[in-house]
Amino acid sequence: MKVPMTEYLEIDLDRELWMCRVCNHEVGPARQPYKEGLLVYVRDPREIHAPILDPKRYEFTFAPDAKWVQILEFYCPSCATMIEVEYLPPGHPPVVDMEFDIDALKEQWKDRKPLNAAELAGPDMAGRAHHHHSNKQKAQQQGRG
Amino acid sequence: MGKLENIPEENRERELISQFLADNVLFLGPDPEIMENHDISPRTEAEHKAMERSKDPAVLALVRDRLQAGCNETFEMLEQMGAAPGAKWGDLITGIFTPSGDLALGSTGGVLLFACLVHHPIKFIKKYWEKEPTVGIREGDGFIHNDARYGNIHNTDQSLILPIFHEGKLIAWAGATVHEGENGAIEPGGMPSAAEQVYDEGLKMSPFKVVENYELKKDLVTYLQNSVREPKLQYEDMKVKLFVCRRLEQRVKAAIAEFGPDTVISALRRGLEDSKAEVQRRLEAWPKGKVRTVIMADGTLRENCLIKIQLEMEKKGNELILDFRGSSPEFANRCNNTVLSSLKGMLCQLFLMFVWPDLPRNQAVFAPIRVICDQKSALRSSYTTPNAESMMTFFPAFTAAQLCVAKFLYGCPSKFTKVIAPWHNMIRTFIWGGLTQHGDMVGNLCADLNGMGGGARVDRDGEHGVAPIFASMADTGEQELNEEEVPFIQIVSKKIMKDNQAFGKYRGGQGYEMIASNLKSNMWGFMVCCIGSKVSCTPGLFGGYSSPTYPLCKVKGVDTLEIMKSDPQKWEFSIVDIMNKQPFEGAKYSTHHMGLQFELCNRGELYMIMQGSGGGYGDVLERDPDLVIKDLEESLISHEAARRIYHVVYNTDTLVLDREATRKAREAERASRKKRGVPYKEFHKQWVRAEPPADVPFYGCWGDDRSNIYAGPFAGVPRRKMDASAIEGIFMPNPRDVRIAELEARLKECEGAKRS
Ligand SMILES: [Zn+2]
Repeated sequence: MKVPMTEYLEIDLDRELWMCRVCNHEVGPARQPYKEGLLVYVRDPREIHAPILDPKRYEFTFAPDAKWVQILEFYCPSCATMIEVEYLPPGHPPVVDMEFDIDALKEQWKDRKPLNAAELAGPDMAGRAHHHHSNKQKAQQQGRG
Repeated sequence: MGKLENIPEENRERELISQFLADNVLFLGPDPEIMENHDISPRTEAEHKAMERSKDPAVLALVRDRLQAGCNETFEMLEQMGAAPGAKWGDLITGIFTPSGDLALGSTGGVLLFACLVHHPIKFIKKYWEKEPTVGIREGDGFIHNDARYGNIHNTDQSLILPIFHEGKLIAWAGATVHEGENGAIEPGGMPSAAEQVYDEGLKMSPFKVVENYELKKDLVTYLQNSVREPKLQYEDMKVKLFVCRRLEQRVKAAIAEFGPDTVISALRRGLEDSKAEVQRRLEAWPKGKVRTVIMADGTLRENCLIKIQLEMEKKGNELILDFRGSSPEFANRCNNTVLSSLKGMLCQLFLMFVWPDLPRNQAVFAPIRVICDQKSALRSSYTTPNAESMMTFFPAFTAAQLCVAKFLYGCPSKFTKVIAPWHNMIRTFIWGGLTQHGDMVGNLCADLNGMGGGARVDRDGEHGVAPIFASMADTGEQELNEEEVPFIQIVSKKIMKDNQAFGKYRGGQGYEMIASNLKSNMWGFMVCCIGSKVSCTPGLFGGYSSPTYPLCKVKGVDTLEIMKSDPQKWEFSIVDIMNKQPFEGAKYSTHHMGLQFELCNRGELYMIMQGSGGGYGDVLERDPDLVIKDLEESLISHEAARRIYHVVYNTDTLVLDREATRKAREAERASRKKRGVPYKEFHKQWVRAEPPADVPFYGCWGDDRSNIYAGPFAGVPRRKMDASAIEGIFMPNPRDVRIAELEARLKECEGAKRS
């Protein structure tokens, strides 16, 4: 059983592995931080959030201050999908952001069925998906994910 | 003293002493027993009996719906009749509370976290004023309150609280809370970022009785009016809130008349107990484990510095624990600190609005969730520490929690909302004050704060300028209506700037420009209170980027409104063009962080800010190229950003997409990612430092070692390293003194250069 944990990562419960959902690359052991199996690029934040006001004239330009923050981009080594980004002060250790109890996860998923795209996305906030929906609407909703 | 009779002799002395101490408390400050507890109160004997007697779930649901309709009705009334700009645009709420004080029903519209916190003052009133012979709680009484330390976000919000009786017995409470604005603080408008002590923050009302026999007590009203800049507003809104609470009382009494008191008591209590049980059931389905994040708040509103908000969210069994230890210490002379209960109110709002909006709007929803913070940290500040701008730390804490929740929820089969990237989290708006064209002294704010950009969702882009993070239904107001009462205009309003976008597979909803000027007053000024000018305050999710950072821009020293008359073609109608082209000769153009203390604005000078964008979702290379073209068509992004960020290839003139070339461009970018990306181990070796960079003012723990808390360096004050169990509040120097020291140093340098 593979359990999706983010847009791009899933955990293969049988093999206890983090996997890339885009290319099925084996990222690393599920009991370890997934980031350890990825490529990392340290980016000057101004390359993404470019100054909109003239940086020669002004101190604040809509662009972040690169001395205070850098972007860590985490890529899948196989398909290069950007799995996570992190904004941190220079030199701050990356955060171990997801540490799940794999045994508990196995137990939890023992009787669960794999989720379809609509179940992964979740229902619309305003709509009461479980009431008043025609089959056609349901089908559309599932197709959308 | 009757209860001291018949006590065994050995206990008698101890009892006497504690009775004496209880009778002789010199000051009834906030009670930690009340303030630290956000669980629902234990079921009372009366509730137990009522629940035994009335338990038909269909009838109880009917009564709850009836009372919910009463809340919604009073919300509408308050919004229509309230005089505060906050009331007009939805920054208010009404609610019904159980006899113990728990919020049982909140109005569907409005700012839920206000109501989530009113249970504290009600519990204080019950505990201290019920038996107090000089106060008491009687039918027709009403209590007022605004001090966050007794349960509120900050003291610009005022609550009126009315006990509801049936045949002499307290059966419920009605509450109405409004963001009133003006509160007599050191700056006009109720959110004084210049406050360095709690005494600079204006009215600090502990809960007290201001209504008897359903009448406002004129002497107390006069005292309150005399303490604020808007005496008429103070009076009018107290009257309106009283009237609204009376309507709630009427609705509760009507329900009692129709269904009996047991059913009403049972309905309120059952709603709470069921909500708590339902949340525990839902949490059970989340994966067991820990999710962590770090958000950097980049200032106190007086100065830029890195204020760390650290969150470890742990789910075990049916409990969720939010551990914020390691976050920044409190700032002893800045007002960006949060009282623990305010933080909890904001987090409660996250779960009720973004996670389980289908649940009843009551406080039990947050009961199974625990919150841990270091003592004297910015998220659990002490009694003497100012908190008027608590949003500057509890909004980032909300965002940290929103990010963590998404990582728990993605793979969870039972969801009640879409997976979503963080909502924009800053109140980007003008606070204003001064003398109006009608000669009135006023101080308040624009409702533009309610137009925050929505976060991108798992299957679609975020919405532009849609709603504040603290209310699902609020309005951004009508500037034309404001102009009848206040002397300033928004020359540009609700205009979207290109590239104010959090990029991603789905982009965040964007914010809009606001360019304000004084038109008709000889004494008028503005304030702005937001962080995020150096480091973005709103991150993305699952590879999506954050929002940009946001400056305050000013044009001073010219009357641009005169230029509009004499040389209209000179006028540019966007922040970018005004700042980059500098069309007004002789003007001074400048940018600043968004913590502007109250400052006078002469006629025709310009103050310019931008509403913020919600976070992006997913990898930019996965963005549907057609959506990029749509963004170009709608002028949401520039050609430059479309190519640089999204790697799309198209004809610039016709916007016709070249799909094959786009696919190739993206393949090429993926290849260069692989080339420039470094294996984690190698990156870790190069990147990680043992301590924060020496020249960055950093507040909080470094990495995941939460036992040491760093503070500084700042403006010549060296960095400190404190034990997390013994944090001391940080004193920041006056920014003017910092500036003077800088200038003196430069002067010395210049003089030295001249001599040599
Ligand atoms: Zn991959």
